[in-house]
Amino acid sequence: MVFTPIKRIIRSGFVNFWRNGFLSFAAVVVITLSLCTLGLIIFTGVFGQALINDVKDKVDINVYFALGAQESDILALQQEINALPEVASTTYVSSDAALAAFKNKWQDNALIMQGLDEVGDNPFPASLNIKAQDPGQYGAIADYLTNKNPTDASGTPLIEKVNYEENKLIIDRLSKIIPATEKAGTVMALIFVVVAVIVVWNTIRLIIYTAKDEISVMKLVGASNSYVRGPLVVSGALYGLVSGILTLALMAAFAYWSDTLILRLAGVEVASDFELVVNVLSNYFWANFAEMFVIIIGSGVILGALSSYVAARRYLRV
Amino acid sequence: MCKRLRLFHKFSLGAIFHTVPYIAGAQTMCKRLRLFHKFSLGAIITKYLDMIYYDKVTKVYPDKTVAIDGVSLGIEPKEFVTIVGQSGAGKTTLMKMLIAEEWPSDGAVYFESANIHRLSKRQMNKLRRRIGMVFQDYRLIPNKTIYENIAFAMEATGRNDREVAADVPHVLELVDLGHKIWNFPHELSGGERQRVAIARAIVTQPDVIIADEPTGNLDPTNTYEIIRILQKINELGTTVLLTTHNKGVVDTVKGRVITMDKGKVVKDDKNGKYIL
Repeated sequence: MVFTPIKRIIRSGFVNFWRNGFLSFAAVVVITLSLCTLGLIIFTGVFGQALINDVKDKVDINVYFALGAQESDILALQQEINALPEVASTTYVSSDAALAAFKNKWQDNALIMQGLDEVGDNPFPASLNIKAQDPGQYGAIADYLTNKNPTDASGTPLIEKVNYEENKLIIDRLSKIIPATEKAGTVMALIFVVVAVIVVWNTIRLIIYTAKDEISVMKLVGASNSYVRGPLVVSGALYGLVSGILTLALMAAFAYWSDTLILRLAGVEVASDFELVVNVLSNYFWANFAEMFVIIIGSGVILGALSSYVAARRYLRV
Repeated sequence: MCKRLRLFHKFSLGAIFHTVPYIAGAQTMCKRLRLFHKFSLGAIITKYLDMIYYDKVTKVYPDKTVAIDGVSLGIEPKEFVTIVGQSGAGKTTLMKMLIAEEWPSDGAVYFESANIHRLSKRQMNKLRRRIGMVFQDYRLIPNKTIYENIAFAMEATGRNDREVAADVPHVLELVDLGHKIWNFPHELSGGERQRVAIARAIVTQPDVIIADEPTGNLDPTNTYEIIRILQKINELGTTVLLTTHNKGVVDTVKGRVITMDKGKVVKDDKNGKYIL
């Protein structure tokens, strides 16, 4: 007995959706566009974050060690640096490895290889590549190293040079620009979300407005509020559901095409230079599909149903 | 019996006292006596015996139009009452008050001794299910089929699917529309739509049918058809309230005729003719 009205309400909601084909179509188009805005905000955020990470990843400082420094001392220092809270990662490059890398890079250039041969000894110092959690922290790390000035057993300084000063300018700028960009992005996203919600809300209100005579007739034959409102809410949720599915399909298509398209538009031939940006959208989309599904479909359904629920209220006062 | 009681009300103690203060001119006295009149025996008894009772109802619209001006009116069960009057005489407002589509500015409307405008939402829905409304403009739900339109009224009253499936075709046969059961309202003629509206009104077996100018948009043949259906319903024991400004209709019905003019009842005739 409790089940019968629910069954009727749901059936009636579906029938409404189908019979008011034109209205439903209009609502689905508007809600789809609004949800696409939401999708684009997510994608822009992801893509922007990928770009920022890519830039951040390219920022680092190198600690060059004295030629005579013992590897064991360097590794001990690496342990110490790793323990600092500001440090994200460190990579030790021994002088042999640096030489090998250099040779590998210039193996086709006879002149350079010849010059290297003439030097005879390995001219490359061992180095430690340090990446901070945040670009703003390089100064602190560099200061730490300068103040500590580690020495080996005989008292000779281990560190030859820290290349912080040379990179200081760009690091400072980035550490200012990145948070500002992120903040601006959040504000823009919020504005777009609000706009999307208002557009959907008003569309649904217009749809309910066209049904206002129907609502009053239903009330006058003695239907309870929930029995009149139920089908409207079901229809609203259906608009959201259909729009959500359409939006997810559009997002998948966008993610697939955009990855190559963006790079091509940017005129980048060698995609490997941008390895963090390549496929970022489709990777993100499929990796977080469950989350996207819940966000897009969920906001569509909730927005549609809630708008209908509230919009019907003023016509139920018969 | 009822007639005698109404007569009693007319000369009840309360009513008599009610006139006294105006003569005496004592304001406080007047107030107290009017209160007394409200609970006078006559009023109470009439209220309980009549199915519908309008107690000195006045309706003033926000634009200060006086639609109803102190109307007191009792309607007994199983009566067929025709309310006539020119447009703007207050007929429709009077009908709308019965289903609480309009609220009186002063006075009260009772349905089986319950003040309609004091009912809770739930009670109001229950009351509306006992009153079948037929409107001049039909008011069918456009995107529901004829079957669904009528089924909706039944579903609203909580009937189960089996009852709905059995009763809807039956009631449509009754108004001679069995063959249009799956059509939409816009595919029907005016007369057919009004018959659907009547079918919707009677399918829940209400105690009262209110037909507000049901023939206003119809040709004479369809008009006669609609009135005949209403009379049939009345013979089966349902109270019918009909408003019209069609002389032919009144003369066909030959029941109690209430004539309204400028918001007042000017004539209440047991076996009335159309006189304006």
